[in-house]
Amino acid sequence: MTFWEYVGSRHEQLLADTYQHASAVFQCMVVATLIGVAIGVLTYRSEWAGNLAVTATATVLTVPSLALIGLLIPVTGLGVAPTVTALVLYGLLPIVRNAIVGLRGVDPSLVDAATGIGMSRFARLFRVELPLAWPPILTGIRVATQMLMGIAAIAAYASGPGLGNEIFRGISSLGSANALNQVLAGTLGIIVLALLFDAAYVLIGRLTIPRGIRA
Amino acid sequence: MPEPTPAPSGASPGAATAGKPAGKPSGATIELENLTKRYPGNPTPAVDCVNMEIKAGELVVFVGPSGCGKTTTMKMINRLIEPTSGRIRIDDEDVTDMDPVKLRRKIGYAIQSSGLFPHMTVAQNIALVPRMTGWPKGRTDARVEEMLDLVGLDPGEFRGRYPRQLSGGQQQRVGVARALAADPPVLLMDEPFGAVDPITRDHLQDELIRLQHELHKTIVFVTHDFDEAIKLGDRIAVLRERSHIAQFDTPEAILTNPADDFVSGFVGAGAALKRLNLTRVRDVEIVDVPTATVDDPLQSIFDKLRAGTTNEVLLLDRHRRPYKWLRRGDLMRARGSLARAGTLVHDTVTRDATLRDALEAVLTDNAGRVAVTGRRGEYEGVVDMETLMNSVHELLEEDRLDAVEHQHRLEEQRSQQTRQEQEGMPPGEPEDLS
Repeated sequence: MTFWEYVGSRHEQLLADTYQHASAVFQCMVVATLIGVAIGVLTYRSEWAGNLAVTATATVLTVPSLALIGLLIPVTGLGVAPTVTALVLYGLLPIVRNAIVGLRGVDPSLVDAATGIGMSRFARLFRVELPLAWPPILTGIRVATQMLMGIAAIAAYASGPGLGNEIFRGISSLGSANALNQVLAGTLGIIVLALLFDAAYVLIGRLTIPRGIRA
Repeated sequence: MPEPTPAPSGASPGAATAGKPAGKPSGATIELENLTKRYPGNPTPAVDCVNMEIKAGELVVFVGPSGCGKTTTMKMINRLIEPTSGRIRIDDEDVTDMDPVKLRRKIGYAIQSSGLFPHMTVAQNIALVPRMTGWPKGRTDARVEEMLDLVGLDPGEFRGRYPRQLSGGQQQRVGVARALAADPPVLLMDEPFGAVDPITRDHLQDELIRLQHELHKTIVFVTHDFDEAIKLGDRIAVLRERSHIAQFDTPEAILTNPADDFVSGFVGAGAALKRLNLTRVRDVEIVDVPTATVDDPLQSIFDKLRAGTTNEVLLLDRHRRPYKWLRRGDLMRARGSLARAGTLVHDTVTRDATLRDALEAVLTDNAGRVAVTGRRGEYEGVVDMETLMNSVHELLEEDRLDAVEHQHRLEEQRSQQTRQEQEGMPPGEPEDLS
């Protein structure tokens, strides 16, 4: 059976896996973005808190993904829970780091002007600082998404959803007729997804970065 | 009030009267009382016990060397920096403890490098404060147009632009427009023209003077450029380290009668020359000289030259604009041809020109005089070296007398205050005007 025949015969299963993969990454990215930006907002003003946040999230990233998921299974059980936890944790670092760098990089004279014309802290954050820090934050989100695409495949080890199942199935049946096709289909699916997501981010950047600060 | 005449601030063309603009001030008074700022870990205060009264509608310039605390003092007025002790009163209302966000919406704030938000359009930037204070959209939009007009930018062209699409001078104008958008009675300006080129700066200063003539806000303007202070200020506060007031007076008084060596050092050389910048040609005597037009018959010109007390005649062209100076011998030498005789008029000044410009023109003229012209360039009279010298002498003398009188009054006031304090209040009141 050639690769294309394999894809043709299993397209329903493949599409379902692809959809689940994309959906898992997307949802985890939304959660990671909210948490990551929140951490950035809470810590960027203080030198040590900001550095602590970056170091902590960086430490998470040094744990091998297989090990982290393995460690999570006794805590969260199998399936979706360890997948989501692991993906969110891995997604945090680029977002937290870029949020802190972006927020700290806002021209102090603009912050002074915002306060000086009578903006409250809240208004200053949401109308001046975050919009100006948004381009680097978006870059962080993009990097995190690409990383999660690959890590999400490992989640199949804990019976998580997604294209990882295809790859693991192939690896466990090495030597059989479809083993290579399964691994290849899973891998290519992830690459295609990653490219599609990236294209989506370019579009989001176009739509959400104001013209005045677009490069 | 027998104040020495406030600064003419007269660079605005068409302001016929020197002195305080006649209109009702829309500004508010500002009173600083024993205002002090200490930073933790620093034994000497950054700002030490500033006492100051700023009148409604007055443009006061804080000037001093860098690090003297002038910006800190200004930022305490809108409490961007919280004072450690002392009171701030705006229009007799104590604002030292009011909600700083509410306070700042009533105080315009313009800073160096404009402080415009780059992700918002010009219109959005200007609309910020009105929208925060809850103006309806229609009124805000109308106000944005009005403000752009006021600072000399075409609303149709500039409304939708982003700050980076503007020149430095234009950004600064928008910055001023944003500061004025909610019509605050008080405007704080922190070296707003520090980052633009000298020509644009000059232009923006003229614009500010014009604006102030229309609006009569109370403006506190911080700069380290003494010439800018002289040009703009109704009164100037020369500050030394820890924001101690070395002298707080009109530009004239500071130029002619600096309180101490620090002030005279800061005024720099050429105080008399700088004084010339504060007076306009309209304020000095303009003399008349015999004139003739190019259409006059030669014979009448000859007669004028012979009969006149001076030995020259100013020849005017058909629009009565100064054209040539004719001396007695010129016509003879040119064999009666007007086209060849005499010396062309190079330079003229208007009545709005400063005496400094006039002096410049007089000095470059080989006979030491310059023609004064009206709006369409028509002849109005002549200013010469003698007139200039006399006027300057008179001005300086007047300033000096004013300053002496002013000082007397201050001393009297102070001794009275001391008496009151000795009788009533406990001692230990901090020194002011040190």
